[in-house]
Amino acid sequence: MSFLEYAPAPESRAILSLRDRYGLFIDGEFVDGRGTPFQTISPATEEHIATIANANEADVADAVAAARRAYDRTWSRMSGRDRGKYLFRIARLVQERSRELAVAESLDNGKPIKESRDVDVPLVAAWFFYYAGWADKLDHAGLGGDPRSLGVAAQVIPWNFPLLMLAWKIAPALAAGNTVVLKPAETTPLTALIFAEILQQAELPPGVVNIITGAGDTGAALVAHDGVDKVAFTGSTAVGRAIAKQIAGTDKRVTLELGGKAANIVFDDAPMDQAIEGIVNGIFFNQGHVCCAGSRLLVQENIHDEVVERLKLRLATLRLGDPLDKNTDIGAINSKEQLERIHELSEIGVAEGADRWSAPCEIPENGFWYAPTIFTNVQTSSRIARDEIFGPVLSVLTFRTPAEAIAKANNTPYGLSAGIWTDKGSRILAVADQLRAGVVWANTFNRFDPASPFGGYKESGYGREGGRHGLAAYLAPAATVGRGGAQFSTGRGGAQRRLETGAAAAPADLDTASERPTRSTETAAKPARRTRRTAKPAKKGAAK
Amino acid sequence: MPAPISAGTSLVTARERALAVLGGESDDATLRRYLHGIAGVDAVGLEQRAAALGTRSIKTTSKKWALDRIISLIDLTTLEGADTPGKVRSLVAKALNADPADATTPRVAAVCVYGDMVPSAVDALGAAHGDPDDGGIAVAAVATAFPSGRASLDIKLADTAEAVAAGADEIDMVIDRGAFLAGRYGLVFDQIAAVKEACRRPDGTSASLKVILETGELMTYDNVRRASWLSILAGGDFIKTSTGKVQPAATLPVTLLMLEVVRDWHLMTGQRIGVKPAGGIRASKDAIKYLVTVAETAGEEWLQPHLFRFGASSLLNDVLLQRQKITSGHYSGADYVTID
Repeated sequence: MSFLEYAPAPESRAILSLRDRYGLFIDGEFVDGRGTPFQTISPATEEHIATIANANEADVADAVAAARRAYDRTWSRMSGRDRGKYLFRIARLVQERSRELAVAESLDNGKPIKESRDVDVPLVAAWFFYYAGWADKLDHAGLGGDPRSLGVAAQVIPWNFPLLMLAWKIAPALAAGNTVVLKPAETTPLTALIFAEILQQAELPPGVVNIITGAGDTGAALVAHDGVDKVAFTGSTAVGRAIAKQIAGTDKRVTLELGGKAANIVFDDAPMDQAIEGIVNGIFFNQGHVCCAGSRLLVQENIHDEVVERLKLRLATLRLGDPLDKNTDIGAINSKEQLERIHELSEIGVAEGADRWSAPCEIPENGFWYAPTIFTNVQTSSRIARDEIFGPVLSVLTFRTPAEAIAKANNTPYGLSAGIWTDKGSRILAVADQLRAGVVWANTFNRFDPASPFGGYKESGYGREGGRHGLAAYLAPAATVGRGGAQFSTGRGGAQRRLETGAAAAPADLDTASERPTRSTETAAKPARRTRRTAKPAKKGAAK
Repeated sequence: MPAPISAGTSLVTARERALAVLGGESDDATLRRYLHGIAGVDAVGLEQRAAALGTRSIKTTSKKWALDRIISLIDLTTLEGADTPGKVRSLVAKALNADPADATTPRVAAVCVYGDMVPSAVDALGAAHGDPDDGGIAVAAVATAFPSGRASLDIKLADTAEAVAAGADEIDMVIDRGAFLAGRYGLVFDQIAAVKEACRRPDGTSASLKVILETGELMTYDNVRRASWLSILAGGDFIKTSTGKVQPAATLPVTLLMLEVVRDWHLMTGQRIGVKPAGGIRASKDAIKYLVTVAETAGEEWLQPHLFRFGASSLLNDVLLQRQKITSGHYSGADYVTID
């Protein structure tokens, strides 16, 4: 026998107790949707998992109304310390139920269990722990003393990291004192719905987080709803652009985290074996369904052949198959549509004259699969070097000098992430300084931490998530006039608020002293704040 | 990376091969240029890769195979000042008959002893003494002023020659770490080459040479990589992590790094060099991680006694307990395996 054909080591599905049908999570309860329900399937087998409710406009309105009520009556009045307690409780429950969440994520999304178990779910818990710590320290978020929350946040998240993106969105929003209506992607609603059960378990006051499922029209209705103060979206640049148009002229704040075509730059003095691992991790992690994936390999011309040869040897050891098997490296493509797009762009690559090589692996009969693939002989003008493929496909390009590497890396409409591989520290600093990308990794790739801000340049979106910056995206500086009133009535509206919206749109500017409230204003505002902070955390149902 | 030379060339001696790879004499300057020209090691990335390999889940039939294979790759070792012929006979008996309750238990690859204990080991093995690839048990002897290596070359060579003459099939030598750290690569090279010569028997055959880097004293991964290349260039048949007398001894990242070197050497020359992690591997679970690392780095063909060994003593009993668990369905205890 061959040792490398490891015996099957499937993670048991017995830990899951899924329902046949899931409703919408509105005001702390699961309710039926008024749209036509849809199925969520396992992309690895195409088997049906559960029937999911579909939210129509009326459901969206209900969810936003519930969030508004919870904001006005409970959450915005609660002390930061008490909000933090809820977040800590959620984080611990995520840890307690981590195995169940990992299995559900791999089942619904198709990603390997080793990634959902070792990366996604631990990061989800880390995100809640991190922002739980911020909840009573908002005075230090960089917006001056006593910053205020925005109100109701509409959050629309993608299918590539369903639960992690949920955490990235919900944790800072709640820490800052906002309430949330979140719509997970239609192909991956499962973990968000289990998360809703966790919120019930945590006795989070009803309406603070509402989770509505549906397709693009549900998301569009949510973003368009008048009762929404803040829109946070992660997904494709096309949809991000549509959202930006949709909310233009309103006073909704927005952060967009969109596509990418990251350059992973390998210099000839790179630590070779680790660079190969980094290239593999950069593009084949999560089947390449990563907005910050290192999909463009820029390798110094004098080591091109060696790098490609080593890469092929390494890719031949990747194990594609059952996402629930603990030894699977490459899982399933999330949907038929995405698989078709990968095929289409891959064929374009061949037609454009690039050389395609795919790792020799057996493709299962059912489900959606794509073998790890690299294209060599790719030119900067090729579509596979320009368009985001969002799949396990790497385009290899070469450069001769650092200046050329920088120019090629920046020559993209995107600017989300980049990687630099070299043993020379000074070169890392010099190159990173000139890359127009929100995240630059040096001698590593695809590493995330809740304390580190993440976001893009150009068509990769605007705003930052994670760290203090991610918190600031859900806060506004204390109002200089009538601040307390605005908080208590609706949490939004008022001429003063609208004026600030524009000024605070760029988080990078928030540190400027001019935006901080004056000492006298703060003093004047104090009585109102005291009242608010003495409010007790509401028990379940209390806000109704 | 250096330019590859094709496999199966007529280069016969290690020195000739080394000179061809180096493109010059094996002096300090040439070796320094060569060894420092090899791509560096990123410690964080290396350790991440090792940790990732350690998460492989080896179950059922794979686990059964792995446990048996671990046994057949063990150099069952006793390297104590208190070793006696009686202790060595006891060790050999354990090597011959690891689990008296289960005749299907494989034999270990070799017993590893101090040079003066070689006659006792050879004597105790009797007809079982032989090549582990053919089902025999080899005798490995540590030599060259093990473990410190702080002795003159003459003494190191005499130490080696004596063990070979007494019947040792394998010599585990230590490099001069002081010379290596002082940048005297030529001296380290010459000593390894000389010990390799001392491994030669009158009939023209040669004992296999394992070169111990003592990675716990080299400290950096870059040093480990350079010492690995140096040892292979100088003619080592195996590169071995540690003496077991210095902490840390074998670690998974260090072993992974050495496996990357032997893989690269094979790609370049077609020659396969063995790897032996030694010291600190006590649990079956950990040993399985090493098997995974070998198979996914150098390749599955490395999981043979002439290309991979565990230097260990207490590992064997843990593997036996795991084997018994697979057979009987429940865990037994330390008293259900023999102490040696």
